[in-house]
Amino acid sequence: MFILITGLLLGGTYALIALGLNLQYGVARIMNLANGELLVAGGFAAFWAYTAAQVSPVAALVLVAPIAFAVNWLIYRIMLQPLVSRAKSRGALEVDSILATFGMSFALVGIMTALFGGGYFNYAYLAQPVDIFGSSYAQNRLVAFVLAALIGLGLWLWLSYTRAGLRLRALAVNPASARLVGIDTRAASAQAFALGGAITAVGGALISMFFTLDASVGILFTMKALIIVIMGGVGDIRGTIVAAMILGICETAVARLIDPGLTLAAAYVLFLGILLFRPQGLFGKKPT
Amino acid sequence: MNAQEIGKVIPWALLLLAAAFVPVVFSPYWLSMATTMAMFVVLATSWALFSGPTHYISLATAAFFGVGTFVTGLGFQTLPFWMLPLIAAALGGILAALVGMVTLRLSGVYFVIFTLGLAELVRQLVTWVQNQTGQRGMYVLTSITERDIYWMLLGLAALVYLAGWLIGRSKLGFALRIIGNDETVARHVGIDTALAKVALFTIPGMAAAAVGAILAPRYIYIEPSTAFAPLLSFQVVIMALLGGTGRLWGPLAGVIPFTLLWEFITRQAPNQTLLLLGIVFLLIVYVLPGGFVGLWARIRRRFHQGGGA
Repeated sequence: MFILITGLLLGGTYALIALGLNLQYGVARIMNLANGELLVAGGFAAFWAYTAAQVSPVAALVLVAPIAFAVNWLIYRIMLQPLVSRAKSRGALEVDSILATFGMSFALVGIMTALFGGGYFNYAYLAQPVDIFGSSYAQNRLVAFVLAALIGLGLWLWLSYTRAGLRLRALAVNPASARLVGIDTRAASAQAFALGGAITAVGGALISMFFTLDASVGILFTMKALIIVIMGGVGDIRGTIVAAMILGICETAVARLIDPGLTLAAAYVLFLGILLFRPQGLFGKKPT
Repeated sequence: MNAQEIGKVIPWALLLLAAAFVPVVFSPYWLSMATTMAMFVVLATSWALFSGPTHYISLATAAFFGVGTFVTGLGFQTLPFWMLPLIAAALGGILAALVGMVTLRLSGVYFVIFTLGLAELVRQLVTWVQNQTGQRGMYVLTSITERDIYWMLLGLAALVYLAGWLIGRSKLGFALRIIGNDETVARHVGIDTALAKVALFTIPGMAAAAVGAILAPRYIYIEPSTAFAPLLSFQVVIMALLGGTGRLWGPLAGVIPFTLLWEFITRQAPNQTLLLLGIVFLLIVYVLPGGFVGLWARIRRRFHQGGGA
C-alpha cells in the first residue's frame, strides 16, 4: 500500500512533465531533449523564490508558468522554426531538432552551473508528515500531486472543449490537413511548444518541493518523460497519465524492494517491453 | 584494386606511417594529446560508419566503451593483454546487436532515446552487482605505457578505416546508401533493412569496446561512474558531425580541432566545457550542416563554377 501510494504521488508529477513533452513532440513535432533542463530551471526558480523572497512554491507557479511560456515561445520562434522550414521530411526535422535541442540542453546546463554552482539544492517546504491508511507521507508530495492533477485536468478540458484546444488536436493528427481547414500551423505549433514548456517548468517547480535537484540532473527527467510519452503513445493524454503512474509505481517498488540505485533500470525494463510488444504505445492502434 | 585506387591509398598509408612516429618525435604532453586524438578518431570514425549512411544518432558509445574497460579491469591479471581488446570487441558487438535488434526496426527517435540511457543503465547494473558482491573500483596496474596504447589505437584506427573502405565497396554499403536515401524504396527493392542496420551497428560497438579495453591501463583506477561517463557519447557525436559523415576522412577533420579546443577550454575554464559542447552542437545544426565535409564540397562546387565562367 505504501509503495502504491508513493508511486502514484510520484507518477502524478511525472505525468505533468510528460504531458509537457507530449505537447511539444505530439503537436509541435519537436523532439525536445532540452525538456529536462527547462524542468530544472523551473525548480531553480521555485527554490530561489522560496529561499530569497520567502514566496511559497505554489505561489511561485503563477510567475513560473508565464515566464516559461514566453521563453519557450521565443525558443520555438527563433531556434526551431528555421529548422521546421528547411526540413525536407519528418525524419530530417527529427535529426535536426534532436541535435539542436541537445545543444540547448548542454548550453543550459553550462549556464545554470555558472549561475548556481554545481551543488545540489533543496529546501524544506511543507515537510511535515500526514497519515493516509496508516502510513505517513510528506505533505509536499501530496500538494504536488493535487496541483499536478488539477493542472492536468485543466489541460485536458482545455484541449477537449475549446476552439484553441481543437486547433492543437487537429495539428497533432495531421499538420498538412490542419492547414487546409484554415489553421495557422506555425502559430499553433509555437503555442503548443510554449504551452508544453510551461507545463514542464511548472512540473519542475512542483518536483523541487520534495526532490533534490542539481544543474545536471535534467537529462534524467528527459529520459523518464520520453519513456512515458512513448509508453503512453505520442499525442495521447490518457495513455501518458496511465504510463506515468505505472512508471512511478515501478520505480518506487524497485527502489524500496531491490535497490534505490536501479530506478532507471526499472524504467528501462518497461521501455524494453513497450519496444518489443507495443511500440505504438499502450492504447495506440497498430499502424497500417 | 586498380592503379587509381592504389594512388588514393598511398597518401593515407604515408599519413599513418607519419602518425606512428609521434611518440618518438614529440614530448610526452603531445603524446598524451595524440593518444586522445587517436581514441576519438577510432570512436568517431566507427560511429560515422553507422550513423552517416543511416542517419540514426547513436549515443551508446559510452556504454560500449565502459564494457571494454571493465573487460580489461577484470581480466588483465589472468589473460594476456592482447586477448582483452578481442574479448571486449566480441562483447561490444553482441551488446550492439542486441540493442540494434530491439530498436532498429523502429523509427530513429526510439533508437536515440534507448541509446541515450544505455550507458546509465549498464552503469546502474554494474554498480548494483558490485554492491551485491561487496566489490568497489578496480586498480589496473600494468606495464603498458602510453606509447603502447597509442600504437594499439593507431592500429585499431587503421582497421576501422579498412573496414569503412571495404563496406563502401561492398553490397552492404550499397544497400545502406539506399536505406539512407529512402528506407521505403530500400524495402521495396528487397533489402532486409533491419538486418543491414543491425549488422552495421555492431561495428561501432566492437570498436568502442576495444578502445575501452586498450585505454583502461591509462586510467589506472576504474569505477562505474568514470567508465560509463555519458559525456563521451556526446563528444563522439559532436566530433563526427563537426567533421562530417559523408566521407571516411570527415570525423578525422572534426576530431583534431575539437580535441585541441576542448583541451584549451578545460584548462582555461573547466566549468564551461558543457557550454562549449552545447554551442558547437548548435553551430553544426545552424551554420555547418554536413560539417567540414559539407563545407569542403560547397567550396569546391563554387570554385568549379567560378573556373567555368
